[in-house]
Amino acid sequence: MVTGLGATTPLGGDVATTWRRLLAGESGVRTLTEEWAADLPVRIGARVAVEPTEVLDRVEARTLDRSQQFALIAARQAWEDAGRPEVDRGRLGVVFASGIGGVTTLLNAYDVLREKGPRRVSPYTVPMLMPNGPAAAVGLDLGAQAGVHTPVSACASGAEAIAYGLEMIRSGRADVAVCGGTEAAIHALPLAAFASMRALSTRNDEPERASRPYDKARDGFVMGEGAGAVVLEEFEYARARGARILGEIAGAGLSSDGYHITAPDPEARGAVRALRSALADADLTPGDIVHINAHATSTPIGDVAEAKGIREVFGSAADGIVVTAPKSSFGHLLGAAGAVEAIATLLAVREKVSPPTLNLENQDDEVDLDIAALEPRPLRDGAALSNSFGFGGHNVVLVIRAH
Amino acid sequence: MALSKEEILTGLAEIINEVAGIPTSDVQPEKSFTDDLDVDSLSMVEVVVAAEEKFGVRIPDDEVKNLKTVGDAVDYIANATVSA
Repeated sequence: MVTGLGATTPLGGDVATTWRRLLAGESGVRTLTEEWAADLPVRIGARVAVEPTEVLDRVEARTLDRSQQFALIAARQAWEDAGRPEVDRGRLGVVFASGIGGVTTLLNAYDVLREKGPRRVSPYTVPMLMPNGPAAAVGLDLGAQAGVHTPVSACASGAEAIAYGLEMIRSGRADVAVCGGTEAAIHALPLAAFASMRALSTRNDEPERASRPYDKARDGFVMGEGAGAVVLEEFEYARARGARILGEIAGAGLSSDGYHITAPDPEARGAVRALRSALADADLTPGDIVHINAHATSTPIGDVAEAKGIREVFGSAADGIVVTAPKSSFGHLLGAAGAVEAIATLLAVREKVSPPTLNLENQDDEVDLDIAALEPRPLRDGAALSNSFGFGGHNVVLVIRAH
Repeated sequence: MALSKEEILTGLAEIINEVAGIPTSDVQPEKSFTDDLDVDSLSMVEVVVAAEEKFGVRIPDDEVKNLKTVGDAVDYIANATVSA
């Protein structure tokens, strides 16, 4: 059961603001004004709306990578939202993912090494750059002793963290698990690297219109940063302490493509397996699903592959599913995407409204789905799916219900 | 040109404030780094490196372990700047 939510995203420094602006169709994508961005082929991105230094104590923040700062902010919010459950530390786990961990620390430390020599490399460099850094920081903050874990699967990492947390609880390793994902990789090198792959949109002159999943004029994704966190609790445990239950991660389906190191299988076989496996895990049928929060990143091939997979699994039932692509609003949050999008999916089924997919002016003919284009859409009662498909062929589908 | 012990203490207090957030007025000679000022082993490395830069001295690792109090550090830096 989900009892708490927390997030810091390009649309807001907390869940409420993020959700409000998501529903309102606002965009978190901006021009990158930093000096180093001027020479890059891609000069747009989605920075968090609220800088961590406005929220965290200075001394605490100085020995944390930006990805750790986001993770702490989101996790603390989720913990507060859950009412700070009184749980034996040995029954509390943390699963916090990141696509690449402290990459800005790594790159900045390399500059220090070359410019000032080894002695000036901070003794905090290692704990700041290690990919398990965010999970460790959250685990330390909460005193979690049942296990602190960091699954890594690129763009599926955040969703995989929630799936892992679900498993920790189902297997009896923990009664409470704080799960989420974080990413802070807006820096010249990651941007240049993604740009070299031709994965990013180069619509630099119109940042808010660049992320356009499913639209005929889409030309790649927009990089974002941020973190999302949820508190998961075993059902009886939550009930016994009188927790306010927001919803449920009813199931998870995971699979791998075995196709290409970055491109998705155009036949979507891996996605199909993950979708079917998720439904089976939640003991649901295609007709039980009313909403899908799609992975759809605004790449020419990715959006179509996922759409095919959805149609393959749902058949005509897909006509009754409202699909939306939130990356149109806040960009691709990479390791944080799966977590933030799971939160959006939960709020959608709770409030029975799908947030709009921005910039969808001409739907690609190969996308045979009902997308909530430009305006929010009411949803029937029912369950929803949140999809995350990562570079490397990692597929994670979460089944989410309101309570 | 050697610095006075007061100047060294003030400089060290600024460093400790920057690294660990301790109010400068709390940084007094008799205070122990680990017991009174909550400066752990990693922060101590930062303090030492910053002090080396600020005062133009070298503080080798095997000397650092003998610097238990703020006063020990001030004395070491004072002696080191005199002989420089």
